[in-house]
Amino acid sequence: MLEDEYPDLDFIDIPTPSAMDRGEFLKLFGGGIFVLFTIGSPFTLKGQIGGGSRLPTDFNAFLRIGEDGKVTGFTGKIEMGQGVVTSLAQMLADELDVPLESVELIMGDTDLCPWDMGTWGSMTTRFFGPPFRNAAAEAKAVLLELAAEDLKLPISRLNVDAGVVFDKRNRKKQVTYAQLAKGKKIEKHIEQQPPVKNFSEFKLVNKPVLRRDAPEKVTGRAKFAGDIRLPGMLYARILRPPAHGAKLTSVDTSAVKDIKEAQVVRDGDLVAVLHKYPDVADKAIAKVKAKYDTPAMDVDDKTIFKHLLSAAKEEEIVASGGNLSEGRKASDSVFEEEYLNSYVAHATIETHTATAQIEEGRITVWASTQSPFGLKDEIAEELGMPSKDVRVITPYVGGGFGGKARNQQGVEAARLTKLTGKPVQVAWTRAEEFFYDSFRPAAVVKITSGITKSGKIALWDYGVYFAGDRGSEHFYDIPHHRTMAHGSGWQGGSGAHPFGTGPWRAPANNTNTFARESQMDIMASEAGMDPLEFRLKNLKNKKMRGVLEAAAKKFNWTPSKAPSGRGYGLACGTDSGTYVAHMAEVKVDKKSGKVLVKRVVCAQDMGLVINPEGAKLQVEGCITMGLGYALTEEVHFKGGEIYDRNFDTYEIPRFSWTPEIETVLIEAEDSPPQGGGEPAIVCMGGLIANAIFDATGARLYQLPMTPERIKDALQRD
Amino acid sequence: MEQTIRFTLNNKSRELKLDHERRLLWVLRTDIGLTGTKFGCGRGLCGACTVLVDEQPVRSCVYPISRARDKKVVTIEGLANNGQLHPLQKAFIEHDALQCGFCTPGMILNAYGLLRKNSQPTRQEIVQSMDRNLCRCGSYARIIKAVQTAGREMKGAK
Ligand code: FES
Ligand code: FES
Repeated sequence: MLEDEYPDLDFIDIPTPSAMDRGEFLKLFGGGIFVLFTIGSPFTLKGQIGGGSRLPTDFNAFLRIGEDGKVTGFTGKIEMGQGVVTSLAQMLADELDVPLESVELIMGDTDLCPWDMGTWGSMTTRFFGPPFRNAAAEAKAVLLELAAEDLKLPISRLNVDAGVVFDKRNRKKQVTYAQLAKGKKIEKHIEQQPPVKNFSEFKLVNKPVLRRDAPEKVTGRAKFAGDIRLPGMLYARILRPPAHGAKLTSVDTSAVKDIKEAQVVRDGDLVAVLHKYPDVADKAIAKVKAKYDTPAMDVDDKTIFKHLLSAAKEEEIVASGGNLSEGRKASDSVFEEEYLNSYVAHATIETHTATAQIEEGRITVWASTQSPFGLKDEIAEELGMPSKDVRVITPYVGGGFGGKARNQQGVEAARLTKLTGKPVQVAWTRAEEFFYDSFRPAAVVKITSGITKSGKIALWDYGVYFAGDRGSEHFYDIPHHRTMAHGSGWQGGSGAHPFGTGPWRAPANNTNTFARESQMDIMASEAGMDPLEFRLKNLKNKKMRGVLEAAAKKFNWTPSKAPSGRGYGLACGTDSGTYVAHMAEVKVDKKSGKVLVKRVVCAQDMGLVINPEGAKLQVEGCITMGLGYALTEEVHFKGGEIYDRNFDTYEIPRFSWTPEIETVLIEAEDSPPQGGGEPAIVCMGGLIANAIFDATGARLYQLPMTPERIKDALQRD
Repeated sequence: MEQTIRFTLNNKSRELKLDHERRLLWVLRTDIGLTGTKFGCGRGLCGACTVLVDEQPVRSCVYPISRARDKKVVTIEGLANNGQLHPLQKAFIEHDALQCGFCTPGMILNAYGLLRKNSQPTRQEIVQSMDRNLCRCGSYARIIKAVQTAGREMKGAK
């Protein structure tokens, strides 16, 4: 494979236009065929409406066939490792019948791409894929019309392969897309749904394709927000409070003058030092003396759960059926349990970064963000500028997982460039990253459930506090049940959390699946049944049964009541329309309390799989990352002060933790594609907890399952 | 204190006048403008900033530029040879051994250090020598395979 075949996404070369209208946009890109998507079209992004009241206006190009026959797709989505840079290109290339290499994507540029809510919730393929494919089908229809004219043949006589239209009866009679687009300026609006390919016609979709961004990423050519270099650029270090909620009372920046060329910027609460070298800016900010008023807060990582239970004001019924008191009567054994999980950081290896530039009153920000359009609005609002004067460009993002839906660093860089008139880069230190991260919220789940003598679940009374309701609804066959969500969910309500919380890869679902699947195993064990057999006995859902059976086959699961001493665990769940079942084998060192996860099998039903290789990569990533929140990851704090500042105290998974991972993707080409970036992480807490129980007979009710907690549980049980 | 420091960077000699205590990472990324070497933690804990100094992987975020004096520094940009990707780079592509790619330059250069000493490492040996390089996207399983593949190719080439 030639690395040169891949288009460099060179984010600097595109001129910074003033707010463009459609005409200017078309001019910028010269000739070719454009397929546009406009408001009122039946293909308004499904699932994106309602989340925001704003819809695309004016120009919203989806794709362009250039005069050289190359295809450019424009999307507000961004690439942060999840692989849409490959799967979206696959969809386009397949629908258009062009080689993958001739497709290029322009992503997350608010001047060039259609408005987008943000890249999260495993929604890119599910909701953005269909209109993107429609645009491609439309473009192909236009090309076929042109070709029919050119070759003087009816469209029914034509066929396409690799960007060449030819006569079905005489392959020599042909014309290329490039020839057809040459000298043309055609603008097409999607008005009616053009027919898209069905499964049997796919050439690229559903075939494994390697990551298209890899050649850039293994050579250091790939640009991230911190890699943007602009003439005269300064690096900023910003004065930070010691704790959330602390108020600046006095500041003395006089000692900064000892550092040559360091520039102090002060604007209200924003105190920053700028220098042409970031490491020197580091030294300079250390010279600033500041005093703060820090409110006393007692709550810490141990007392937080009590605090949360008392802070939960709102409540909402997520689902219910039957009658709980009848369920209780029908139960022969009743189990009342409480599950806890701690705050967890996103801890992407790339910290929040933004590079900003002001030119003729217009600000351009290159940012590591999952929501370029959200950032654009935030900047406009914070700086009191018209939103057309702000452009956000998203280079490659070095991991997101929900954390980069927050854009504070982008606003900071924009403010500083406006204040100084110079290009400014704000790249957070690791300590800043931990401090300002929007953690996955600490949460409590309370479950009361009951079973009959024959092992049928008769009662399910479920309440989740502060995690959020995603994944809280059970999928088992239970006659009397209720699911409640208390508190304000992962967004965090006032007074609930001492610092920011937010979405974290499959928000809420990790917590909910941990609690539900632990409870299932507790009941199975009490009923004297194998955990798989117990689940199947209480489960009608076909897809869930399918993934459980597929995982069991791959794992070679043999039935036994837990604890069997083998260290086998299982858990299943659903997220973003996808069904997953995991099985694992662990080894527990009872002396040290350490867990080694030896093997994990995951079966996933995600509907039509666009890129099976990419999907497996995501599953492996989910499993590996999920080991962290299951075993070690928890934010230590007191009040608004965050004790974790780097990877020494906050331990994320390493090479030595890596289990043998096997993934089974269920063939489901007839159902529409579902999410793939998040589902396989939701089972990890319950999976490991159940495997630890099977190995030792000790039940863990709190995440992460640290060696200390495991040793405590071993003593208790 | 400002000093003149000479070293070889990706096969070209360089001479810089700068404060000799500054860390190699920032000199590479800002003074020289080679941005392939990444910042992840600044304290030697993640390995994103790994480069080669005299063929040994070092963490450039804690490596004073003065120590690079008269030495050979290789960054990810200098690993390919005349446009020919290094076997490690090829193997990372072939195995999809990356996701966001932010840890990738450090992973590749750290693995280079291992393969130089041991071209046929076992899984256990790879895990041991890579264990202080962090990948939040969880690409470890594939990186292990990529390193093994590259080792085989390098041995075959000799
Ligand atoms: S940035 Fe140097 S080890 Fe993390
Ligand atoms: S690929 Fe994202 S950190 Fe390794």
